[in-house]
Amino acid sequence: MSKSSKKQFWWNNAQYRSLFFQVLLVAMVAGFFWFIGSNTLHNLEKRGISTGFAFLSQKSGFGILQSLIPFTDADSFGRTFLVGLLNTLLVSALGIVFATIIGFTMGVARLSNNWLIAKIATVYVEIFRNIPLLLQIFFWYFAVLRALPSPRQSWSAGEVAFVNIRGLYLPQPLLGDGFGFVTWTFVLAIVATVVISRWAKKRQEQTGQQFKLGRTAFGLIVGLPLLVFFAVGAPLSWDIPALQGFNFRGGMTIIPELTALLIALSVYTATFIAEAVRSGILAVNSGQTEAASALGLHRTKVLKLVVIPQALRVIIPQLTSQYLNLVKNSSLATAIGYPDLVAVFAGTTLNQTGQAIEIIAMTMGVYLTISLLISGIMNWYNNKTMLVER
Amino acid sequence: MRKITWALAATAMTFAITVGSVQASTLEEVQKRGVLNCGVSTGLPGFSIADEKGVWAGIDVDGCKAVAAATLGDVKKIKYVPLNAKERFTALQSGEVDVLVRGTTWTLTRDSSLGLNFAGVNYYDGQGFLVSKKLGVKSALELGGAAVCIQGGTTSEMNLADYFKVNNMKYEAVVFDTHDATLKAFENGRCDVLTSDQSQLYGLRTHLPKPEDAFVLPEVISKEPLGPVVRQGDDAWLNIVKWTFNAMIEAEELGLTSANIDKMKADSKAPAVRRLVGLEGIAGKGLGLSNDWAYNIVKQVGNYGEVFDRNVGAGSPLNISRGLNALWSKGGIMYAPPLR
Repeated sequence: MSKSSKKQFWWNNAQYRSLFFQVLLVAMVAGFFWFIGSNTLHNLEKRGISTGFAFLSQKSGFGILQSLIPFTDADSFGRTFLVGLLNTLLVSALGIVFATIIGFTMGVARLSNNWLIAKIATVYVEIFRNIPLLLQIFFWYFAVLRALPSPRQSWSAGEVAFVNIRGLYLPQPLLGDGFGFVTWTFVLAIVATVVISRWAKKRQEQTGQQFKLGRTAFGLIVGLPLLVFFAVGAPLSWDIPALQGFNFRGGMTIIPELTALLIALSVYTATFIAEAVRSGILAVNSGQTEAASALGLHRTKVLKLVVIPQALRVIIPQLTSQYLNLVKNSSLATAIGYPDLVAVFAGTTLNQTGQAIEIIAMTMGVYLTISLLISGIMNWYNNKTMLVER
Repeated sequence: MRKITWALAATAMTFAITVGSVQASTLEEVQKRGVLNCGVSTGLPGFSIADEKGVWAGIDVDGCKAVAAATLGDVKKIKYVPLNAKERFTALQSGEVDVLVRGTTWTLTRDSSLGLNFAGVNYYDGQGFLVSKKLGVKSALELGGAAVCIQGGTTSEMNLADYFKVNNMKYEAVVFDTHDATLKAFENGRCDVLTSDQSQLYGLRTHLPKPEDAFVLPEVISKEPLGPVVRQGDDAWLNIVKWTFNAMIEAEELGLTSANIDKMKADSKAPAVRRLVGLEGIAGKGLGLSNDWAYNIVKQVGNYGEVFDRNVGAGSPLNISRGLNALWSKGGIMYAPPLR
């Protein structure tokens, strides 16, 4: 016994050996990245290319077409980052909402018993799924531009909203004193509705009594804030756009670049979502529907209680991928002049400062963060809809 | 165990090779490769544009050709790399191109913080505005509130902001990636104005469906010295590119053209001519080139005046007058140090 233990070297011990290789691997990977990093820094220094993040506080000196926060050319490059980021988030968020709505509609329509509706949905999916997104973006942009009139021949809706080639001009609400009360009432009403709906559900489970939630919710969310609004003296006025010089001034503007990009992204992504929805619904065994009908459930109840919860399990993972794709595809904005993160920050800012490595790293970091957030949220939702095994 | 040793050895080798590789000089690299990688624009009439057969032409393209003629003795040994404004510096920094001749404005920031060096000026330009006649505007000072189409990542973007600020006007910048997209948006009426360097405006105007409906406003709002750019840290290569362009100007001063240079080389007794064609003086020694480097440039590409006329001047659809780009002796500021 003692003899054999003497002879046993550490590399003959599986545990130590695997530990050794793991440490070695980690050290090699770390060494590789350290080498790449230090080599890059060394080369940048040797070639006289400036490095570091000091440029973020330098004055930018260029204008940006659309900004959700106040921005002038006197602001810093750091702020151009924020402006670009917000524009990316705006188009992504809107795109996700529209793509989901169109996608679910088309997915259900493809399964419709109505021949015409089903075929229209099929044609839609097959066309828009199979054309490269960049071409679609160009198509929508120039189609939108060509269809719209020049500023002086704008189409107007009741002389308060205008559409022309420069964008959609809407009256902007100007909130007066006391409008805060209305907002707070609205928030409280939503909280109250959630609480009531939970209570109603619980009561139904316990006693079987149903509660008409719809009317109560409407009264709380719409009626109550309206009451408060008039009670504090209707503190709201409108800034109406007016033609001045080349174009409309005042009000809110929705630029055609945003419209075109939004249409292209939602229409394209919706085709994939439609297929995901269709596959999800088809994955629910028809026996489930028949069994539910046999129990005497109404068609809408069958859908709501039996089909959709099971279909969602199939749909959600695919939906997550499509949301991620949409966010990443939004970087194609740069082709049509929509000022998203890539166009503003990884484009103009990069070119004015020349600090490619820092800027591209920041931009990649942003897309990674957004994507991980979306997939985190969707995974949480997915876990909620999964089969609960008892 | 053997496997590990092998892996370690391989890793060590990679490190050794990467660390040990000394950057070869650009000239050696180009001559070894036998091809000059030249960065040009994605398509700008008069400066660098490929026709339907893929043949490149323009004043910037002729700059590439001159460098190829000087270093390789053959203008055909060029690989043109079309770059948009955003890609150009990274392409040069990373070594994808050997020289960038792409209407690039010489500025302090670019010269001092991008790891690049400007080798001279091949076109003195200034930023202007292209507007449609329908707009009824006569001066850039009437452009307050206008929507302006512009190519991103250019000095134009900054000049525009400066100009409107100084004159207390507002504007809306619609920024595109390429000249094509910028022009298309202008054509469709997305903007009232297209702004860029004046020479580019004349070029872009010829690509409008009805060029006569648009015109360039008289104001020039900036200085735009456009020139060839090389990587910082290879002074020999910087010298070659710098003197390539100087030789073209010098040739014009001396009256040497691609048509008469053979005759002049054989007959002329003028020392300046004999120096340029490499019969006298230092010739190509200092630059590490063959003695007929400048002769090759003039023979195969032409002198600066020929290049200007053929691409953007009287002999081209752009028909731009020489202006600042005339020789110093003829009222312009094109001036080359003596080739001796």
